[in-house]
Amino acid sequence: MTAMLELEAVDTYYGRAHILSRVSFAASAGEVAVLLGRNGAGKSTTLKSIIGLVRVAAGAIRFAGERIDGRAPYEIAKRGLGYVPEDRRIFSDLTVLENLEVGRQPPRPGAPTWTEAKLFELFPNLAERRRQPGGRLSGGEQQMLTIARTLMGNPSCILLDEPSEGLAPVIVDQMAAAIRGLKQAGVTVLLSEQNLHFATAVADRAHIIEKGEIRFSGTIAELGANEAIRAAYLAV
Amino acid sequence: MASIVAQFLNGLASASTLFLIAVGLSLIFGVTRIVNFAHGSLYMLGLYAAYSLIDRFGPTPLGFWGGVIGAALLVGALGALVEVAILRRIYRAPELFQLLATFALVLVIRDAVLWHWGPEDLLGPRAPGFAGSVAILGKPFPEYDLLLIAVGPLVLVLLWLLLNRTRWGTLVRAATQDREMVGALGVNERWLFTGVFALGAFLAGLGGALQIPREPAQLFLDLTAISDAFVVVVVGGMGSIPGAFLAALLIGEIKALCIGLGTVTVGGVAISFSKLTLVVEFIVMAIVLIVRPYGLLGKPLAMQRGAGAPVELPARPDGRAMALAGLAVLAALAALPAAGTPYAVVLAIDILVFALFAASLQFIMGPAGMVSFGHAAYFGLGAYGAALLLKRAGLPMEATLALGPLVAALGAALFGAFVVRLSGVYLAMLTLAFAQIVWSIAFQWDAFTGGSNGLVGVWPSGWLSGKTAFYFLTLACVAAGVFLLRRIHFSPYGYALRAGRDSPLRADAIGLDIGRLQWVAFVIAGAFAGVAGALAGYSKGSISPEVMAVSRSVDGLVMVLLGGVQTLSGPLVGAAAFTWLQDTIARNTEYWRAILGATILFIVLAFPQGIVGQLAAWLGSRDRGAPEGMVGWRRRRA
Ligand SMILES: Nc1ncnc2c1ncn2[C@@H]1O[C@H](COP(=O)(O)OP(=O)(O)O)[C@@H](O)[C@H]1O
Ligand SMILES: [Mg+2]
Repeated sequence: MTAMLELEAVDTYYGRAHILSRVSFAASAGEVAVLLGRNGAGKSTTLKSIIGLVRVAAGAIRFAGERIDGRAPYEIAKRGLGYVPEDRRIFSDLTVLENLEVGRQPPRPGAPTWTEAKLFELFPNLAERRRQPGGRLSGGEQQMLTIARTLMGNPSCILLDEPSEGLAPVIVDQMAAAIRGLKQAGVTVLLSEQNLHFATAVADRAHIIEKGEIRFSGTIAELGANEAIRAAYLAV
Repeated sequence: MASIVAQFLNGLASASTLFLIAVGLSLIFGVTRIVNFAHGSLYMLGLYAAYSLIDRFGPTPLGFWGGVIGAALLVGALGALVEVAILRRIYRAPELFQLLATFALVLVIRDAVLWHWGPEDLLGPRAPGFAGSVAILGKPFPEYDLLLIAVGPLVLVLLWLLLNRTRWGTLVRAATQDREMVGALGVNERWLFTGVFALGAFLAGLGGALQIPREPAQLFLDLTAISDAFVVVVVGGMGSIPGAFLAALLIGEIKALCIGLGTVTVGGVAISFSKLTLVVEFIVMAIVLIVRPYGLLGKPLAMQRGAGAPVELPARPDGRAMALAGLAVLAALAALPAAGTPYAVVLAIDILVFALFAASLQFIMGPAGMVSFGHAAYFGLGAYGAALLLKRAGLPMEATLALGPLVAALGAALFGAFVVRLSGVYLAMLTLAFAQIVWSIAFQWDAFTGGSNGLVGVWPSGWLSGKTAFYFLTLACVAAGVFLLRRIHFSPYGYALRAGRDSPLRADAIGLDIGRLQWVAFVIAGAFAGVAGALAGYSKGSISPEVMAVSRSVDGLVMVLLGGVQTLSGPLVGAAAFTWLQDTIARNTEYWRAILGATILFIVLAFPQGIVGQLAAWLGSRDRGAPEGMVGWRRRRA
């Protein structure tokens, strides 16, 4: 399989603080990859570096074979890379439908095309709330909305930053189902997680990050078999 | 009855005009968080451009309306150009720098207009088809004003539809909240901002162009329009378009009411309401801000994401080198009368006076974190206080020099009590409102203050009548003032003040009464501005309301911003540079404003982090990319 998304020795700084150092990994087309690591390990920074929200100081990022590092976030998103932030960043004054409208992009060959109706099927809770301001939704509904909003851009690859964080167990299950649904629709998924359970439930491949460096890359099965790695880098 | 109706309609017509002036400003602020001081200049340009276009197209209906729309479109295009060429580069700069950039535009546009259209007032033609008047309850009412009455609500509805019923509007509203996220969703948010700026400029231009049959194109319209616009926007609530409409209606009608009432005798005292029109909007603004700190329909400003500006470096106590440099400057200044020409001495007095004025403004902007748009009020109160005590109370000049600043301090104590309850841009606007109220009293109270002519014969005592003697007096007062301000800055009180500015919650938690600290700062700054004002009056021998006009407050701001808000020597350098440049350029060309404005723009674009920040960055004393932080009025006081 070809790499849909590929990071090669990426270095990122916040001010003088060196956050990511020589981060390299790849996600193949159609797979669900998970970036696992403790709080503060650099997961969000990695995803922000990919989408262009923080500047990459060195290294290369390729998406569908083309360099995207150094480009503006809107250019990267327009190429079919969707980004769902950790803190959701719902437009709280806009209604659910208006939030979706902001995400709307033209259909893209080679990627599933989403409509409001399809998204309401995937996230039924949102359907009832379509005319309510985003700020009034519950945490779980906001998480669904932020994913749905990004899907309106018909991405061929989507970055999900800790989608299960702070959600009730029922909603976590729904979220896992939704991610498997995305995979089935042919979307490549890269998600970040602290929760090994959730990761095991959805992902094909795992990359472990610790203090801004990749410490393990392998399939979920390989990770499952490697007690030492799990104990060393993942929260108990 | 008929006259009441007529006044009511007049009020509606002026409300429409006010709304058109203000709505673009509110829109631009709401989305970009930029307070565009050049908005009044765009309005003025609309008026001039309409004059020229109609002149060219001819006063036919097509020519007239084509001219009006054409002028608005031209101004809109200019707005887009300004956004792309200037503002786009400084969205991440400290916001006071953004303010400075828009001040610079005011200066440049003023001179561009002067250059192209000349200094004379230009009166345009009447609108074909709307030149006459209709009888309303037997009284004639201009048809054109009826048209204007309809234009305001029409624009309101169209804007509402644009923002709420189109994709563009949805994107703009989203970007208002979180522009970075809009970008991450695949929208080029830069063009969104350009579009908003162009639309705001278009509306300002339209507002100006539509005035063509009603008022001549004049050079000072930029500042009157911007102060009207500020009032409406602030009363309505920054960023709220329906709020702006409501505020325009309120102010338009209250003004009309004042005109309608004329002079009313209550219990033997004649009150001239018509004279109140100059100031009534500022009274309304002051009342609204005191009762509703965020305006009629405004909300507390949420932090806007994706527009973080670096926090400026705090000032540090001076080392020995700095103290020595200060002494050297003082020595050089003391030697000036012996070495320089008489003219140099006169100019040096001006510079010294403004240095103290700017230093006092820096004291509330820097350590106290309060931006004032009306600091000239205290300069003026000091000047008028001293002059009136000399002329009307017959006190000796030396005593008035001490009592004038006291008047300023009392004024600052009164106004400051209300001002410190607000924060950010609303605070700045309330200072403007109070300044305008004081100004209009001086301007209109002919019997006491001399009205628009001011007071003449304000001369110092005999022993100070020589320029050199007066220069030394000024130098002594200013040096002492600057020294005292520095001492206060680094006193425990000064540190407490800065703690309150940087971290209101924590300062509150350790028991600091921030409001009180700020109030004291306001009074101190007022007193020192008063010293500068009193000196200024005696140095010229006369004073006029000019000393506390908006333009004077703006000059002070420019001086402080040029030098750097968080440096103590900044305002001194800024005042010297500004006054000297103004004087030098003004003696050689009519267009000193444009040159000054261009210089400021160059500085802003070359050092988007602020001169201070840039210097600090070169010296390596600061992190490369500062963490997300908010300064000034983006920070909400919780
Ligand atoms: N805006 C920022 N400025 C400075 N440091 C930051 C910023 N955001 C995150 N960091 C630091 O970068 C490191 C990685 O953070 P992050 O990528 O958010 O970790 P994770 O998502 O894995 O929890 C942490 O040490 C964090 O403190
Ligand atoms: Mg994170």
